[in-house]
Amino acid sequence: MAELFIFFEQIYRILFLLIPVLVSVAMIVWLDRRVWAFVQKRRGPNVVGPFGLFQTLADALKYIFKEIIIPASSNKVIFILAPIVTMTLALIAWAVIPFSETFVLADINVGILYLFAVSSLGVYGIIMGGWASNSKYPFLGAIRSAAQMVSYEVSIGVIIINVLLCVGSLNLSNIVLAQKDLWFVIPLFPMFIIFFISALAETNRPPFDLPEAEAELVAGYQTEYSGMMYAMFWLGEYANILLMCAMGSILFLGGWLSPIDLFPFNIIPSPIWLILKILFLFILFALIKAIVPRYRYDQLMKLGWKIFLPFSLIYVVLTASFLMYFDLLPGN
Amino acid sequence: MIAHAIVFYIFSLIAIVSAIMVTVSKNTVNSVFFLILDFISISCLFIMIGAEFLGMIMLIVYVGAVAVLFLFVVMMLNVAQQKNEWFNSSGRSSHIPVGLLVSIIIFFELIIVIGGWKYKPDLLDSIAIEIDTDLTNTQSLGTVIYTDYIHLFQLSGMVLLVAMIGAIVLTFRQRSGVKRQSYFKQISRDRKDGIELVDVENNKGVKIDA
Repeated sequence: MAELFIFFEQIYRILFLLIPVLVSVAMIVWLDRRVWAFVQKRRGPNVVGPFGLFQTLADALKYIFKEIIIPASSNKVIFILAPIVTMTLALIAWAVIPFSETFVLADINVGILYLFAVSSLGVYGIIMGGWASNSKYPFLGAIRSAAQMVSYEVSIGVIIINVLLCVGSLNLSNIVLAQKDLWFVIPLFPMFIIFFISALAETNRPPFDLPEAEAELVAGYQTEYSGMMYAMFWLGEYANILLMCAMGSILFLGGWLSPIDLFPFNIIPSPIWLILKILFLFILFALIKAIVPRYRYDQLMKLGWKIFLPFSLIYVVLTASFLMYFDLLPGN
Repeated sequence: MIAHAIVFYIFSLIAIVSAIMVTVSKNTVNSVFFLILDFISISCLFIMIGAEFLGMIMLIVYVGAVAVLFLFVVMMLNVAQQKNEWFNSSGRSSHIPVGLLVSIIIFFELIIVIGGWKYKPDLLDSIAIEIDTDLTNTQSLGTVIYTDYIHLFQLSGMVLLVAMIGAIVLTFRQRSGVKRQSYFKQISRDRKDGIELVDVENNKGVKIDA
């Protein structure tokens, strides 16, 4: 009986986390389009609901009622699995994100490795979708995207090592608590910038949205998808973007901690701070989408392998030597 | 404890079935997907015995990087057709003895290891390093690898480096006639290099290429 109770309690907690995440993904799509529109002096979606807030819900309804078309020559099982994989991977990663000292679904020892692993699995949804469509443009898009994501994962991994050197633990709550006095964005500022740009590339956001470069590849790996399956790719993509923003705010911006530990700031509940930081990073994402033109593919690869990777490796050596010399190494 | 056992058997069943499917399935891309499923269920098993670091590294390295490259190669080469041809050809039986030999050797090695563990319990006392249960296994791995086994660790790093350089040397080819973009050249160009004012005489024209 007790086990059953634990089971239902866990399900309740999972739903309590997942439903807000899904709703905020819908809201974030609206925010993205709004910011994009404001930069271009347009209004953006403003008709459905107050300020157009329900635009995404209306879109989702439309997608649900559209017909799902499965190409006759596709590999049907993998074709259907691909959006499911994308969506699932984007959602399961939220299990380890700590919203406050106590409010975390799974406070595991290797939290940051789990996040890294799940975000590196995200490439499968895209490859599966692109290959199973059995069509040229989706396949080209999938190949591009896989190469891009694998390349930028390497530099994200090295950046995570930088942060871990300063923390001495792989646990996400410990990473946040280590920033109590000083957010890592200050000592590791160059790493923060590189993390941000790599996150753009990892989530296939503009200026690195080559996998779906519409001028060359129609819509990349999503070309053959329609209806709800397309919507799942789309939701998964935005959930991944939110996840990257959450990762950035936990690694560099102090997670749930308030910027100053003084009266008016520390009465605000800690999840609010994390959400504000995620929103800040997301608005930067959206602004960059509006401002920066798309990279060429060779420029993208050059940036990832020849500039980011060596620079972040050198920074690992610098950080380690600095901590060693001033005897600041964490742990025992 | 029963729940633990049930979960264990689910994961191991998935691992075994997908390992069989890797060799059985006709389509090579499907084989790679089953291989990925196998990796994932094995990393779940690692996490279940408390080796969470190994499990995560398994996910990151094998599933996140190695299997992606596998998929790449298999999808690009279109091996699916080749394999089907190979299945139908008469020469297929020549591969079976080799595979059989390898699997028999692996089988006997497993019997030796597991049998020793089962019938000679004091074998466990011969492990070189005490296991400290207080530390997380990330920490205990770190304290062992970077102190007692630092030379082996660096040696394996050297092997990887040699493999990397070898792969680069094998695949690198210098193509001639490729137009490369140099940011510095582009930025450091100024008006004097780009523009020239010429007085054109009537009915004579100008030689541009001079």
